[in-house]
Amino acid sequence: MSDLLRVEDLWVRFFKRGGGVVEAVRGVSFAVGRERVGIVGESGSGKTMTGRAILRLIRPPGEIRAKRIGFDGTDLMGLSERAMRRIRGERISMVMQDPKFSLNPVMTAGEQIMEAYRLHTGAPRGEARARMIEMLEAVQIRDAERVAGLYPHEVSGGMGQRIMIAMMLAPDPDLLIADEPTSALDVTVQMSVLQIMDRLVRERGMGLIFVSHDLNLVASFCDRVLIMYGGRIVETCRAGALNEARHPYTRALLESLPRLDRPKPRLSVMRRDPAWLEEPSVDAFA
Amino acid sequence: MPSPDAISAEGLSVAFGEGTARSIAADRVTFRVAEGGSFGLVGESGSGKTTVLRAIAGLIGDWTGGLTVRGETLGPRRQRGFYRTVQMVFQDPYASLHPRHTVDRTLSEPLRLHRFDRVEARIEEGLRAVGLGPEFRFRYPHQLSGGQRQRVAIARALMLEPRILLLDEPTSALDVSVQAEVLNLLADLRSRRGLTFLLVSHDLAVVAHMCEEIAVMQGGRIVETLDVDAMRRMEPREDYTRHLLRASMGYVPEETG
Repeated sequence: MSDLLRVEDLWVRFFKRGGGVVEAVRGVSFAVGRERVGIVGESGSGKTMTGRAILRLIRPPGEIRAKRIGFDGTDLMGLSERAMRRIRGERISMVMQDPKFSLNPVMTAGEQIMEAYRLHTGAPRGEARARMIEMLEAVQIRDAERVAGLYPHEVSGGMGQRIMIAMMLAPDPDLLIADEPTSALDVTVQMSVLQIMDRLVRERGMGLIFVSHDLNLVASFCDRVLIMYGGRIVETCRAGALNEARHPYTRALLESLPRLDRPKPRLSVMRRDPAWLEEPSVDAFA
Repeated sequence: MPSPDAISAEGLSVAFGEGTARSIAADRVTFRVAEGGSFGLVGESGSGKTTVLRAIAGLIGDWTGGLTVRGETLGPRRQRGFYRTVQMVFQDPYASLHPRHTVDRTLSEPLRLHRFDRVEARIEEGLRAVGLGPEFRFRYPHQLSGGQRQRVAIARALMLEPRILLLDEPTSALDVSVQAEVLNLLADLRSRRGLTFLLVSHDLAVVAHMCEEIAVMQGGRIVETLDVDAMRRMEPREDYTRHLLRASMGYVPEETG
């Protein structure tokens, strides 16, 4: 499979005011093809920062360093901020967890999608409008004309998230970075949002980076999984084989989870090993 | 005569708003929790599960129907003594602890309010019971991790030696490894002190792990009540429950054709 994105030795550091450095991402390398790649980890593992760093969305006092972030033949690290703005949204889109903070509260859903589309394509209003309706329908919004006229506060969380996704997908990106895109949603809506993303990968050949804390969901939804701990990828494996993962951290994570299909008298408690922070990662594909 | 139920709800209804904006949050909800039992309420957001918990806790005054706790009928307002029997643990340990109160103050306040003796000793015992050392006593919430905060919230709920804990999504704000520690702690406390749990969660695996009996809620109503074995065998009576169970096992691809 040809790589759409190849991240080489990515570091994200935050410089604290009183001196001292927090290393959020520590030397991460991975590639993404036209597939669904899950990044899982607990809070503080660096999974969200990895997603944001690809789009260079880390502000000072944060700093991104990488040997290379190769995307479609260019190194994103070498691009000007102006050139980067053309990549964002147009070639690589990002969907975040909470639509409440991602949508503009004083613009209708339709206007926002049209604005985003026209900004990236320079298309005339009529075309943008048609595209906007098409996208709302693509995310399973019935009655797209009516929803287009609603403001963010007038729609439910699930509807807001679908509007976000419609906005991100309107310019037909090659890669979508979705950070916990369904965590705030009910299961029914969650499934339909996942099915939309699934279809885009299968039908349009989009690449998807799916950042999540939900092991079950990632195992059943993605093609491959990267497990992050302490700013590093500790294990890479086929999503369907997550239950046979070998790294002790991944094992401990799986063991600590209550399961519906298998009762456990007691949940196992993770004993963190400092070696996990330094040891080479377990790669099922190497 | 058998001992009365720890909690019973008989046709409990809660409505918010007036006129056209009126919405029914809980609709004729009926269930019983035996003394020492652990009962789960599951459902999606807006299903009414938290509303039921809040009505029992006295945080919602405007409800109709019957509620009893250990055989005593509850009115719209709770007497102070009620909280010596029933305590609640909330979802978000970041919001439920006063940010400018130390752990010591958080734990001592209910004791002083209810004129308990041996305040010092009780605080120390309380911390020990939730697995926190005495060094945590004078810390502020911002100096604690999410898991430690939830332990403090549980310690606070236990200060008055209640018989019943109302648990509202007690681990959904926590990482899975921390969730395991908190669920183990709750299970230990229940068996050691013979507590009764009423647990609200959207996570079916958590509820199955913690509860013997589960009520599935949708749109304010109980769709069905089933025991944990039926749930684990994926043998519910209702389609809605089957749908929830299936979704909780992971992604369900689109049906093609």
